[in-house]
Amino acid sequence: MSKLTGAERYVDDLPADGGLGLGPMLWGMTVRSPVSRGRIKEIKLGPGIDWSRLTVVDHSDIPAIAGGPNEVYLIERDQPVLAATHIRHMHEPILLIAGDDREMVRRAVAAVHIDIERDDPALDFRIPPTASQTQGGYAANVLKHLTINKGDVEAALASAPILVEGEYETGAQEHVYIECNGMIAWVDPSTIAVCVKGSMQCPYYVLNALKHTFNRDERGVRAVQTATGGGFGGKEDYPSVLALHAALLAVKSGRPVKMIYDRGEDMQATTKRHPCTVRHRTGLDRDGRLLAQHIEVRMDAGAYVTLSPVVLSRGILHAAGPYFCPNVHIDGKAILTNSVPYGAFRGFGAPQTIFACERHMDVIAAKIGMDPSELRRINLLRDGQTTATGQTIRAHPPSKGTDRVALMDAALDMADYKRKKLEYAEFNTRHSYLRRGIGLATFWHGAGFTGSGETYLKSKVHVAGIPDGRVEVRIASTEMGQGTTTIMTQIAAARLGLPLDQVCVAVPDTHIVPNSGPTVASRTAMVVGRLVERACDDLRAKTGLSESDRGESVSDAIVAWHRRSPQAAKAGGTELIGEASYEAPPGIAWDDKTYTGDAYGTFGWATYVAEVEVDLRTYATKVTDFAAAQEVGSVINPVLARGQVQGGVVQGIGWALMEECIWKNGGMANSQLTNYIIPTSDDVPPIRVHFLENPYPYGGKGSKGIGELPMDGPGPAIANAIAFALREEGVKATHLPITPERLMSELEGSAAHVA
Amino acid sequence: MSPDPNSPDPQIDVALTLNGRKVAVSIDASERLLDTLRYRLGLTGSKEGCGEGECGACTVYMDGLPVCACLVPTFQCNGRDVKTIESIDPAILGPMLECGATQCGACTPGVVMTACWVKGHPEVLKTHTMRELMAGNLCRCTGYDGIIDGMHRMCGTPPEQPSTNTGNAP
Repeated sequence: MSKLTGAERYVDDLPADGGLGLGPMLWGMTVRSPVSRGRIKEIKLGPGIDWSRLTVVDHSDIPAIAGGPNEVYLIERDQPVLAATHIRHMHEPILLIAGDDREMVRRAVAAVHIDIERDDPALDFRIPPTASQTQGGYAANVLKHLTINKGDVEAALASAPILVEGEYETGAQEHVYIECNGMIAWVDPSTIAVCVKGSMQCPYYVLNALKHTFNRDERGVRAVQTATGGGFGGKEDYPSVLALHAALLAVKSGRPVKMIYDRGEDMQATTKRHPCTVRHRTGLDRDGRLLAQHIEVRMDAGAYVTLSPVVLSRGILHAAGPYFCPNVHIDGKAILTNSVPYGAFRGFGAPQTIFACERHMDVIAAKIGMDPSELRRINLLRDGQTTATGQTIRAHPPSKGTDRVALMDAALDMADYKRKKLEYAEFNTRHSYLRRGIGLATFWHGAGFTGSGETYLKSKVHVAGIPDGRVEVRIASTEMGQGTTTIMTQIAAARLGLPLDQVCVAVPDTHIVPNSGPTVASRTAMVVGRLVERACDDLRAKTGLSESDRGESVSDAIVAWHRRSPQAAKAGGTELIGEASYEAPPGIAWDDKTYTGDAYGTFGWATYVAEVEVDLRTYATKVTDFAAAQEVGSVINPVLARGQVQGGVVQGIGWALMEECIWKNGGMANSQLTNYIIPTSDDVPPIRVHFLENPYPYGGKGSKGIGELPMDGPGPAIANAIAFALREEGVKATHLPITPERLMSELEGSAAHVA
Repeated sequence: MSPDPNSPDPQIDVALTLNGRKVAVSIDASERLLDTLRYRLGLTGSKEGCGEGECGACTVYMDGLPVCACLVPTFQCNGRDVKTIESIDPAILGPMLECGATQCGACTPGVVMTACWVKGHPEVLKTHTMRELMAGNLCRCTGYDGIIDGMHRMCGTPPEQPSTNTGNAP
């Protein structure tokens, strides 16, 4: 309710002292590179500014004020906190300025002149770099090359009676969380710890970045999440950069510092979805059975490694789709360029490759004259069959009417697919300028971290019994609108038989909560939720109760424990804490070297059906109906689950039809909500949502991941519907977004498309 | 009072009615109403999403009409009546909560301001759909269904039916 009334406090809503009691905060801002590649010659602090009233930080300050390296700690350490000599991308941070007055700092940023000798940037990942464009020590700028091999693809392609090829491309996408990135940093006067609080998905990522650059242990730094106004992956890796910037200014100035990006800076400087090309060569038998899939995936990583190797990994692991094929070869490359670094975005590489796969299925169906749903029916993975990595699809327990085929049939029924297809085909022959279409996508999304990621993470959670008998869930998993707080409350309450108001969830503060892993990869309800259940069991056992004890007996036992241990209430005393750390479900085996085995503990499955109407006078496409059927284990909270699907689908509609980043010299030219268009309520139909439930025994309350799955399906379902609608006109619909401009350029020159 | 053109930092005295109370502020001529509300008066319920009147997160009422506070210079509020999200009675918002109208909450105060304005002006529903009326408030989380459902329930209007391609060719 505090969100509805505006009472919720996001980082920019905190009072002028940030609620810290350390005096008014300074405003911090960033001076950024005006070019996409070059060498810094000279930095001049211009006239007309009283620089003595400002704190200025550049790369040379880092050793003295931070004590550690000028590196953003992530997978690699190639990204500097502040550019020192070389500029690798447009808007790269070079200088930080803080002062009392926001307007004065703004003027100071504008008064800095940076003399840069320009170098030749690599701005198109589809074109091999010249010798002078290579960077980072990677051959041809390929920072990661991954392959998946199953069977003998070349032999199978050579002997296949039907061969279908296709090339697909998707563009960058901006997250447009409504709350821009923001962070407050300060030095704790008693502990001298370097502290930050702000908008973030992953407090321990921020903590690790601070530890590295400030050369401290985990008690010497602290990261606290404030209410976070949307993330979608955009606040997975980027807040580490902003936290380091704010912390450098705070340490140098000796004052708390607040940095809040405006929309333009947020869109220009922060990460986006990786642009991607995918090339398919597919062999089939005469009945439409897949015999061989040869798939090449290329992603633009941008100027630094960030999370690109893992995005590429998830991309290729989803590239072959939820189909059985005996021979598969997938070749994936992530390529460094001088674009602003790309990062995590809901789906994490999978929406790109799933778009290609699902659009390609319809291209195949058209070529062999088969209904797209029938082609999928033949090839969908059955229980017991293996994926491209050799993972056997198992149902837990054997799925009763909830497998891939049942799911597809449910979606087709919801959409009245067969009748609509006939109706629209007939409509399109009669109407002068409107074309209607219906299209589907069947897809999957691996839940949780890829491969052995969860095992390496070793996530931990605590559930504390507090003196009044309530329990407090302590996790680093953050609430950013997707419902973590509600879900964890439900899970703990159900496990201990307590009413919901007897459970609270701690603020994610790295001094209080253990590392339950990052809030990403559709893992929170499933993986962390399961850990919360086990920590509840541990808590109950520590109070001396048995597994059958529930409800009041648990509260009473917690109160009694605290009576017996009165020192617990005092700071530093022993607390009553139930603990759990991650253990892989039985029978999961993954080989990172050969990319074989169980890529994910489990998958979410879905079929989405989109209906469109294209106006050949304006080339505008309107989505007129959308049916989304999915199996994500058990649904813990129907309102939240439906909201995840509807919100994800609408983001997918945006990516499919209107969201396009316009690049100029490696920078985003349309960095405003005026010209980067996201869907409004009037651009989308009601999204019809259906869940087929099949409890997953290793997920919290039987759940599997849900957050990312809905982002995967809309792109291909809509493209397939457009291709159906404009079949006569011969539109390929192989490149997202399918804006009116793109349709116009595809159709112009084709003979008399308006009857 | 008009600004002194010779002053390097002209200040303007503005008196307005804010959430039913008289308020006087002395502000820079270029100050935005959103900043006056948030940073000067501590009313942080109105959010900044874009700063250019596209997202509607800062929607307030000026003399009873919804406007984006990021587009209004504060001096224009002199003698006007301004109402913010802080003036809304939480008791009427139950349907929005039940329908899942809020997720991250950053757009929500603006959404609620528009929703309450529609509830207070039911005649607009004769000429516009709920989706058209809500199109000035961008939401990135919900996909809008929770918002539209919540608005219908709050306004006592029948829930929306999924629309499909119907009708015949001309």
